[in-house]
Amino acid sequence: MPHDHSDHDHPHSLLPPDPALRVKALETILTQKGLVDPAALDEIIDTYENRIGPRNGAKVVARAWCDPAFKAALLEDADPVLADLGFYGRQGEHMVVVENTDTLHNMVVCTLCSCYPWPLLGIPPGWYKSDAYRARAVREPRKVLAEFGVTLPDGCAVRVWDSTAEVRYLVLPQRPAGTEGLDETALMDLVSRDSMIGCGLAGAQ
Amino acid sequence: MTRVHDMGGRFGDGPVVPEPEDVKFHADWHPRALALTLACGSLGLWNIDVSRHARESLAPKDYARFAYYEKWIAALADLLVEKGALSADELAAGQAQGESALAARRLEASAVADVLAKGGPADRPSNIAPRFGVGDVVRLRAMPENVAVAGGHTRLPSYAAGAMGHILRVHGTHVLPDSNAHGLGEAPEPLYAVALKAGDIWAHPEHPQDEVILDLWDSYLASP
Repeated sequence: MPHDHSDHDHPHSLLPPDPALRVKALETILTQKGLVDPAALDEIIDTYENRIGPRNGAKVVARAWCDPAFKAALLEDADPVLADLGFYGRQGEHMVVVENTDTLHNMVVCTLCSCYPWPLLGIPPGWYKSDAYRARAVREPRKVLAEFGVTLPDGCAVRVWDSTAEVRYLVLPQRPAGTEGLDETALMDLVSRDSMIGCGLAGAQ
Repeated sequence: MTRVHDMGGRFGDGPVVPEPEDVKFHADWHPRALALTLACGSLGLWNIDVSRHARESLAPKDYARFAYYEKWIAALADLLVEKGALSADELAAGQAQGESALAARRLEASAVADVLAKGGPADRPSNIAPRFGVGDVVRLRAMPENVAVAGGHTRLPSYAAGAMGHILRVHGTHVLPDSNAHGLGEAPEPLYAVALKAGDIWAHPEHPQDEVILDLWDSYLASP
């Protein structure tokens, strides 16, 4: 019901107060009821701990730096381009890629919850989900960037994308100077997760 | 009604603390909470808008003091009881009272990869023509509230309410959360990326050229 209640009106308050015990109790009940398979939980965890993470996004960025036609298609309509690479799925159904330039820096936030492009970057880092980032990224993005060690030139505008719908944004950072001789694999190592959220620059880990 | 989850532009939350890319979780129960929530979601008892609304409906005191995945677990327990999958007695006892009739819908380990890869797209076929095109000036709804359901779910942040902006992109037609969160149907509408000048929403913008972009549905917008 869409009204505020005291804590005791919510069923969750019947669970143990310690969060670890809460999760354990809920998993136990759901497993006993046949609603959850613990092996499926292990599989989900393994997926986001080991298989789907920011190296996916880094591959996209490195390819865009090397292949102008790929980059143009990616910026025009990202979904088919990403699907060709196998990067589609939960929390990445509607992707838009936004390009940083000398005069425009893009940053992504979700002020209302924690929307994030999972197939390309994995699950969001703790700071992305923090109250501080959600509250401040829209009002004082440059102060937030400074906390990541990033200072933009005065001629560079900031565009903060607040992910209020099911569209997910990936920042295409600028290719670092002096990397002309590097191939895609070497370039991938220069693409940090934070640079694809817009809280870092490529080449600066 | 603005709720505690609607925190864009709020003061006083302190610094943002970066962390290394290989840190995925901060406690052993975090991945378990994530997986439990995803696995229960595939029972098909609710949609993403219902689950977001459940988290936003936590008591503000709880929302503020709970860690991120505590919110998920609390909202999950609330939803499971609300939808009849679990009883309050079972939660209190920490023990099930028999197998569920929904057990046939259980997410099997062998199906996880397919379910995660399939996702849940929010765009819908539509013959509704977008009212606005790229470059059009629009005014955002003045009240950051669900206009159909008192105290209901909406995706219009309070900091942007009532502001003027312009259409930056037209995304197509997407499910309307304000309706879908409350069992009122998907009610798909054109969705737009709308650009707001920082100086139009903040008294002290950091830079005259800075902008905030929001994805907003047709019914959130009006011609100025």
